[in-house]
Amino acid sequence: MTSRQLLIVFVVLLGLGPLVLPEFYVTLLNYIGLYALVALGVVLLTGVGGLTSFGQAAFVGVGAYATAALTTATDLPTWLLPLANPWGGLLVGLVLTALIALLLGVLTLRLSGHYLPLGTIAWGISLYFLFGNLQFLGGHTGISGIPALSMAGIELRDGRHYYYLIWAVLLVAIWLTHNLLDSRAGRAIRALKGGVVMAEAMGVDTARAKTTIFLIAALFACLSGWLYAHLQRFVNPTPFGLHIGIEYLFMAVIGGAAYVWGALVGAALITVLKQWLQDLLPQLFGATGNFEVIAFGLLMIVVLHRARDGLWPWLARWLPEKSALAGRHMDAPPLPRRPVPIAGTPLLEVKDAIKQFGGLVANDRMSLHVNAGEILALIGPNGAGKSTFFNLVTGVNPPTAGEVRFMGERVDGRTSRVIARMGMSRTFQHVRLLAGMTVLENVALGAHMRGKHGVPSAMLHLEREEERCLLAEAARHCQRVGLGEHLQDAAGSLPLGKQRIVEIARALAADPCLLLLDEPAAGLRFMEKQALAELLKQLRAEGMGILLVEHDMEFVMDLADRVVVMEFGKKIAEGLPHAVQNDPAVIEAYLGGVE
Amino acid sequence: MDLQIALLLGQDGIVNGAIYALLALALVLVFAVTRVIFIPQGEFVAYGALTLASLQIGQTPGTLWLLMVLGVAVTALDAPALWRQGCRAGPKIYGLIGRQIAYPLVIAALVLGAQPKDWPMLLQVLLALAVVVPLGPQLYRVAYQPIAEASVLILLIVSVALHLALVGLGLLFFGAEGSRTPAFSDASLEVGGLTISGQSMWVVGASLVLIIALYAFFERSLYGKALRATAINRAGARLMGISTTLAGKLSFLLAAAIGALSGILIAPLTTIYYDTGFLVGLKGFVGAIVGGLASYPVAAAGALLVGLLEAFSSFHASAFKEVIVFTLIIPVLVWRSLTTRHVEEEE
Repeated sequence: MTSRQLLIVFVVLLGLGPLVLPEFYVTLLNYIGLYALVALGVVLLTGVGGLTSFGQAAFVGVGAYATAALTTATDLPTWLLPLANPWGGLLVGLVLTALIALLLGVLTLRLSGHYLPLGTIAWGISLYFLFGNLQFLGGHTGISGIPALSMAGIELRDGRHYYYLIWAVLLVAIWLTHNLLDSRAGRAIRALKGGVVMAEAMGVDTARAKTTIFLIAALFACLSGWLYAHLQRFVNPTPFGLHIGIEYLFMAVIGGAAYVWGALVGAALITVLKQWLQDLLPQLFGATGNFEVIAFGLLMIVVLHRARDGLWPWLARWLPEKSALAGRHMDAPPLPRRPVPIAGTPLLEVKDAIKQFGGLVANDRMSLHVNAGEILALIGPNGAGKSTFFNLVTGVNPPTAGEVRFMGERVDGRTSRVIARMGMSRTFQHVRLLAGMTVLENVALGAHMRGKHGVPSAMLHLEREEERCLLAEAARHCQRVGLGEHLQDAAGSLPLGKQRIVEIARALAADPCLLLLDEPAAGLRFMEKQALAELLKQLRAEGMGILLVEHDMEFVMDLADRVVVMEFGKKIAEGLPHAVQNDPAVIEAYLGGVE
Repeated sequence: MDLQIALLLGQDGIVNGAIYALLALALVLVFAVTRVIFIPQGEFVAYGALTLASLQIGQTPGTLWLLMVLGVAVTALDAPALWRQGCRAGPKIYGLIGRQIAYPLVIAALVLGAQPKDWPMLLQVLLALAVVVPLGPQLYRVAYQPIAEASVLILLIVSVALHLALVGLGLLFFGAEGSRTPAFSDASLEVGGLTISGQSMWVVGASLVLIIALYAFFERSLYGKALRATAINRAGARLMGISTTLAGKLSFLLAAAIGALSGILIAPLTTIYYDTGFLVGLKGFVGAIVGGLASYPVAAAGALLVGLLEAFSSFHASAFKEVIVFTLIIPVLVWRSLTTRHVEEEE
């Protein structure tokens, strides 16, 4: 059975559910659906994007209260009257949620990772007390008498009617999220976990990607709240408190925070467990109270200690494997390329660049230039400041003084994303791949800047043509560097030397005119080094400029057109490989002075 | 509002602010040393106060059972590794059993057999601390130490899970009714027409003494310096022979002690419920965030500000007190995001 057939069986079973199940189970399934919708947002946020929110329940509350207040109010001003129905409530809820999410996102997403969750804790509590204390929202008693929904002339009166609506909404949300993750925009979001520096070097606007997933998660939560309000016909502040917000996070983590179906598994498990424990524990302890939180807390700690990926990967072992997609991409038309500069035109010119960290001068008046169709090797002992120089050129850490020109334009002070877009690509000394993603997807991330479709078209899969071209481009670069047989392997499963080659393919997929390679030959075997040298020579012949940091002298001397030697942050020699090799200052730097 | 009321509110704010400041210091300490955002800090406030209240009315506090269960759990976790080391580990095994099995039994014997109900208050307070404070390092061992190198985010989720479990246990141990303990002293001071209660002076005085003691600990003692070294650079501290595990347990011990003592100090001023600690702890948090989870003096000042803000907003808009306090975090975050240039931490 393929996974598609399995999905159809699942949907058919879901559809038959209310026809055969007793009321109690239909209600339970309704709640599972509502919770899974919120947990799905948490999966996107936490499992995929590496952010966390404890305040999702508050967004559910915004959705529920917006529609409750609008549909029950008796003395609305006339301009609000057109919104005094469930659809107006939905609209207002979504708009309010989006505004709050954007505000919180702008405030916290630029700070290090833990400020967002802390901010959401504070905001979750604030909103809970606000719901409970605003008179027009009914205070702690809440709002009752919310009308039922009616769709296409049918009034949804009982749980069985809502069942179909809730699960249809959930399945659509899962479909949209699934589509999003399997796209250019989705790769950008998944790149967030590889660190901001790497993602920005691939041209990903990380602040925007973070805000986007926070927004989507909040909107899913709001939608769940809207459904909840019309299903219950009554709202009060309790289900929107911080503890419920924490439960949503638990659902995602226990189900499998990195998987869309994990949200459903987690929501089902926690909901059923809660139902069962709420009956069992008070009897056991002889007292009333929410004792199930003890079990949830302990369960969560055990899961985080022992199985941080949650339950879904464990369940997925019994599912049919996805068919390999390897050959499928090769026939797409090539992407447009940027004009290749004529060999010999200067690409990168650095003049008197200084980088200071406090009192330490890591780069002291460094000057060098790289032309199109040339390989410049930058060598020097460990700690000479080569990586600092890389960061300074690529915009990760701008120079304290001096100037950097790329393609004739001043780029010092620009962000690495802007510089990358101008045609400068790099690899990292410490490999920064997304270990769980396939080699093909990692390389396709390099081609991010060559696509343009955003999140909405990705969710609806309206960008399949572009996506095919991007993947074909990525596949071609994989073939070119000799990774053709590893397209569908997880990048983290390759040996370190091969991972470096993946980084080169990823850099090439951006169609650069200048390539910066940080120790590409480290960890390669002899044959692999030769293949790499061949590749670099080919690229040079095509007119690419290459700046190479490398410790393997044989590799460097054989390949480089010119060599620059650094020591203690300064340039101590520059010239043709053999001239540099015999330079007394270089010999002293590497071997110590002759006594 | 006249001057009289303003002074009264100010006094209230300073008393609460002093407690928040203590908690903020503990939170900064724990975060700096272990990278754990210690959400369960508030539960120690409630456990401290309610354990004392139980002892005073002659009931057995449930925290005693938690101390014994965690003792067995820590022994079960640590003993196998020590066992494999063979005879060299002998004294360590005795130490482990002494701390985790014998100590809880001694405390249990005191609680159950020695009628602490009739003890003088100071001894009751010490006994309550003796029950609650060891829970800090025990919880570190059980919940955090196995994943000490995980990301801040994972540690935060563990903190939230632990908080949830401890609140549930609090309800189980102490029930849903709140408790209030008698004041440490009935004395009061009359200053310019304003009455200052003895308990308020106790709170502010004890907070000041604790803050000075902490300062001395970090500046003068070897362990304090080891903790500071761990906070600045974990790997470097380890290379200097400082055990990061020990540093973690020590910081949790201090945090638990500060939390429990805070609870005991405020128990005569306000009724403490099993879940009161969470909000109290979070207000300490707002203070700690003002200090960027890094600066002790700024965190303390921020916490004092939270206390004052809370007191004055409870006068003007008491229903929205919590909303106002927790919304304070927003301008603080704005200010932080404008002043910090985010540089990615290299793992």
